[in-house]
Amino acid sequence: MTGELPPGLALQKVDERIMTLNVGPQHPGSGHMRIIVQIDGDYIVACDPDPGYVHRGEEKMAEYRNYITNIPHLERPVIHDSCNVLYPYVLGVEELVGIEVPERAKYVRVIASELNRCIYTMYWLAIYGIFLGHSTMFMWPAGDRELLIDLMEKMTGARVTHAHFVPGGVRNDLPPNFEDVCLRQVNYFEKRIKEYSAVFYDNPILIARTKDTGILSREDAIRLGTTGSVLRASGVDYDLRKKEPYDVYEELDVHTNVMKEGDSYARSKVPWLDMMESCNIIRQALQKMPKSGSVRTKLKPNPKGKGLDSVYKRVESGRGSLGCYIVSDGKTEPYRLKMSVGSFRNLIALPYLLKGEKLGNMPSVYWSLNYWPVEADR
Amino acid sequence: MLKDLVTPENANVFVGKLGDILERAIDKPLGYAINWGRIWSLWPVHIETACCSVEFGAASSPRYDVERFGIIEAFGSLRQCDLVVVQGTITRKMAPRLRLVYDQMPEPKYVIAMGACAITGGLYFDSYNVLPGIDGVIPVDVYVPGCPPRPETLIQGCMLLQEKIKRMKARKFV
Amino acid sequence: MSSDSEKPNADETPEVKSTPPATKKPEVELPAFEKSISDKIVEKFGDKVEVTFVKEDRVGIKAGRENVHDVAEFIRDALNYDHVESVSGVDYPQDKEIEVVYHIGSYSDSSLARQILVLSTRAQREENPIPGNDATKLPTLRDIFYSVEFHEREVFEMFGVFFEGHPDNRRLLLPEDWADLPPLRKDFAIKGR
Ligand code: SF4
Repeated sequence: MTGELPPGLALQKVDERIMTLNVGPQHPGSGHMRIIVQIDGDYIVACDPDPGYVHRGEEKMAEYRNYITNIPHLERPVIHDSCNVLYPYVLGVEELVGIEVPERAKYVRVIASELNRCIYTMYWLAIYGIFLGHSTMFMWPAGDRELLIDLMEKMTGARVTHAHFVPGGVRNDLPPNFEDVCLRQVNYFEKRIKEYSAVFYDNPILIARTKDTGILSREDAIRLGTTGSVLRASGVDYDLRKKEPYDVYEELDVHTNVMKEGDSYARSKVPWLDMMESCNIIRQALQKMPKSGSVRTKLKPNPKGKGLDSVYKRVESGRGSLGCYIVSDGKTEPYRLKMSVGSFRNLIALPYLLKGEKLGNMPSVYWSLNYWPVEADR
Repeated sequence: MLKDLVTPENANVFVGKLGDILERAIDKPLGYAINWGRIWSLWPVHIETACCSVEFGAASSPRYDVERFGIIEAFGSLRQCDLVVVQGTITRKMAPRLRLVYDQMPEPKYVIAMGACAITGGLYFDSYNVLPGIDGVIPVDVYVPGCPPRPETLIQGCMLLQEKIKRMKARKFV
Repeated sequence: MSSDSEKPNADETPEVKSTPPATKKPEVELPAFEKSISDKIVEKFGDKVEVTFVKEDRVGIKAGRENVHDVAEFIRDALNYDHVESVSGVDYPQDKEIEVVYHIGSYSDSSLARQILVLSTRAQREENPIPGNDATKLPTLRDIFYSVEFHEREVFEMFGVFFEGHPDNRRLLLPEDWADLPPLRKDFAIKGR
């Protein structure tokens, strides 16, 4: 083959020992991306992730829509974590426009975002079960997750794409009787997820497959700039809900789950521990929430930023820190909007972790990075 | 008389015609049986394209459990599949791959376009990297609207497809 | 983010939001810890760097194309910042420049856990870009902060800013056959708008 071919399409010279494998995009163990791995026998010698199959140009589109009409499409990168993915954007717009949020709305936001974190993590856990060929672990989380989806549906009116957070608060108040139902469901949910340890986390087959594979040391986790559960599984105590509390997290008692090992097993266990923590936070928030009051400060139509300004807000999402950088030039549309998402930041660890690993361990290492391709591509 | 008609030169034509007539005679009952078999084994290719895959996954969860209708059982190899559920946005990078997957599947194959993005581009109608609907890439049998469609809607779409297959010709004649 | 915005910002806390920003606050209103960080950098580099803003938890530093590498090295070694959270490009057609903004944070130093240092630098902008082969170039920070690797690849394809010294300036998200302008530049208009 002569001439310059774009990367990824180029025909590669065949080596005697090294074989190149394309995993994805049509592959049960890849999701919406392609991982180009080179293997020597059963061992991976090099790995080149090729994301971008869902690159929809959200950042460009945001420059053509005003601050309010940006909301629906900005939550689409992670529809099952849609409250968290909107959170930094909403916080940023609030700072740019300069409006205050009622106290009750802050609590509603915390409850919604914690419920969403659980919904996201349950889906992630279900897919992790599929990746490891563990069908029970698909069925259980996928079923239990519906409980929380019911709650969110009561609260916002939609199953997954809520568009519930708006600058100035949340769209609607809680439905009557929500607190009791929520408390009951969350208690039941917590009881259910505790049972997972018997079938999944204490399962000798799972332990054999994930323990000591894909080890990310503490130094490397910091150096590669990973975030979220990947970072915490490597022994770094960093959770934005605690380190840089936004909204009312300051008043709640948040406990960070940290594990030292840094292998796939730890990375798969930390989100599960986080879910229990989320249940805790929801219970606290339900208790401390003001029982009545407004949940939304009305904005003027077409809010504008105040002159040339920029904000960078971050929140802790299901996949780690999620930052939103908004540059405004005083118009009704953002001048530039950039989302710095956890999945994209964790992707850099993949080639690093897979080197020297067995090919059979690839799915478990890959999905333990808490990676959601649609979010990484934006 | 038959002897005059059939010469060594046109014998094969004659046999072919006879086969056609025979097939036409038994097509109705046989075709019904073939279609009936196809209805209950609609297995989709494992290709996720965008965020609608979340609701696609939820459709196989215990609450919705589409497998009881004989459809959408997650399956590994595309050589044994006969359904493509296009789960949302098709970007310019994904489109050639989607066509490639479609071309590799054996006949008969059916396509469900799931979500507003797969139908018209949806929210991303003005994005620079998104196709405005997948009709230009592969032929679509059933459109399932929604952003994302609820699992119930997806199930209804699949049942529509089953209805459609029932009325299809099992074999195409030239 | 303009160069003249070295004014004390009145919006530190939500409580003072309602006061009009026109009432200039004196220097003492600046958050002390953030001010000390920016002071250290100014002390070292003098007028080679410019402090664009000092807000609560955020310090904005602007460095020229020639100094950005040194400034980044100083930030890592002397100030204990250890990873880059995000690298974004911002296109300014009227200034004929493309700004690249690094949001730098720290995991290892707990006093810096809330802080984000916003390091920005500008590259020359070409009217007719040929990504990789024109004057839109910046030195890479990958040898200082390993975590910028994929982010800089993204900025390269989205803005056409070539990072000199980056080992892997390939395309990341866009389709392989993309031959148009880099899409996030302001002169790339999306269809129908
Ligand atoms: S229709 Fe909606 S949910 Fe489905 S892929 Fe498009 S944006 Fe995502």
